[in-house]
Amino acid sequence: MPAKEGMTETLDALPAAPAPEPAGAPAPAVRVTGVARTFTPRRGAAVPALADVSFTAAPGEVVAIVGPSGCGKSTLLELVCGLQAPDAGRVEAGRAVLGFQQDLLLPWLSALDNAALALRVTGTSRAEARAAAAPLLDRFGLAGFEDARPAALSGGMRQRVAFLRTLLAGAPVLCLDEPFGALDALTREEMQDWLAGALAAAPRTVLLVTHDVEEALVLGDRVLVLSPRPGRVVADLRVSAPRPRRRTEPGLVALRERAMDALREAA
Amino acid sequence: MIGAALVLLLGLGAWELYAALGGVDPLVLPAPHDVATALWSDRGLLGHDLLVTGEEVLLGILLAVAVGLACAVAIHLSPVVRRAVYPLLIASQTVPVVVLAPLLVVWLGFGLAPKLIVVGVVCFFPVVVSTLDALVGIDPALGKLMRTLGASRAQAFLRVEAPSALPGLFSGARIAVVVAVIGAVLAEDTGTSAGLGYVIRTAGGQLEAPLAYAAVVLLAVLAIALFLLITLLERAALPWTREERG
Repeated sequence: MPAKEGMTETLDALPAAPAPEPAGAPAPAVRVTGVARTFTPRRGAAVPALADVSFTAAPGEVVAIVGPSGCGKSTLLELVCGLQAPDAGRVEAGRAVLGFQQDLLLPWLSALDNAALALRVTGTSRAEARAAAAPLLDRFGLAGFEDARPAALSGGMRQRVAFLRTLLAGAPVLCLDEPFGALDALTREEMQDWLAGALAAAPRTVLLVTHDVEEALVLGDRVLVLSPRPGRVVADLRVSAPRPRRRTEPGLVALRERAMDALREAA
Repeated sequence: MIGAALVLLLGLGAWELYAALGGVDPLVLPAPHDVATALWSDRGLLGHDLLVTGEEVLLGILLAVAVGLACAVAIHLSPVVRRAVYPLLIASQTVPVVVLAPLLVVWLGFGLAPKLIVVGVVCFFPVVVSTLDALVGIDPALGKLMRTLGASRAQAFLRVEAPSALPGLFSGARIAVVVAVIGAVLAEDTGTSAGLGYVIRTAGGQLEAPLAYAAVVLLAVLAIALFLLITLLERAALPWTREERG
């Protein structure tokens, strides 16, 4: 695992890393108002994925979104990232970049080139993109693996390269779709701690979709609970426990029960 | 490799025995040692014919790879082209080469060009199909990744689709090698006076079965050599495909 002390300086040097807005009444970084989305398959009945979802995320806030599978969580993130358009309602957000559950690393590129891809695709030269990504790879515990292709990396390493690629896209809003869903339990816990450290060092607005309520409570400033399809926000819980958080803290355990209750009631 | 050699030796032994027992007229099926003798005594002539056929096959495959790649990319990028051209490509494969070859000689004369086209036509289809399969098989999530990273369509093609197509292109080329050799033999049936296909045709007519079989042996060697060459090229060009499997 990378040294957390070292992360501050390098993460500050990220392109377009947004400083948290001064206190007062900051404009939300993401505002979703009355959004609905329905999928119409070529055959069969239309599937309503989201119905009347509204919420905001303040700049620098980590909003975790939990809900049963198929409740439109991923659709919500794609709407915020502009990969889909809502059928009703409005999505107002700055540039938002989507991070996927699969690492989606390109097998023919080295770890360094995979991370640098976010800069390459928008026209940065290879040398410049690699120079920008290299120190971060080092800070993310991937020193010595710069030239390794994905097949030679562990699951946790691949996920860190993927997260680095998402960061390097330089968007003020990160939408992470079950980023640790494909990892084993131990690696997942390590990666949650690691992400908490990385976000503490360089705050960004994050929407984190997960089906793991504990993960939502450990990482989120707020937890939105969505109902089964079509998804609606049925609870909006503020997590005020100090960081770094342990899963067993009494405050978190109580919140976990409230979140689980909201999930059960909506089902 | 040792297994292949053993099977080959067993096959040759059985063939030799069958010929010695007088199973078939040696004018139709010569014994292996007669074929070996023909290979050796006519080595100068056969070597020249091998070069002629080898050139046709190699250049024909290169032509098929270039045109096949262009076609696969056009079909991949444009649904209109897919609907308009793909059925015609399939139809083109049903035209027997023996019908095509004389026509090409009329149009293009007796040189290398008509042979290249025959070889190209038979090789082109496996190249197109396997390249297209590789393009179709790309994880749709990679398209989303490119969009969310702000990549243009051209960037997405360059970074994701082009490298993904290469393994398909290589496996198409490997399949093409075998049909290319058959294609070259058929092409040499018309309007030519050199090449292993020409040797097979004339030797058969002159009751020189061992020579015809010697040419067949060289065709097999040519196909195996080209197959290995393409495999080596693929390993050098696409090292990640082996790492992933390993």
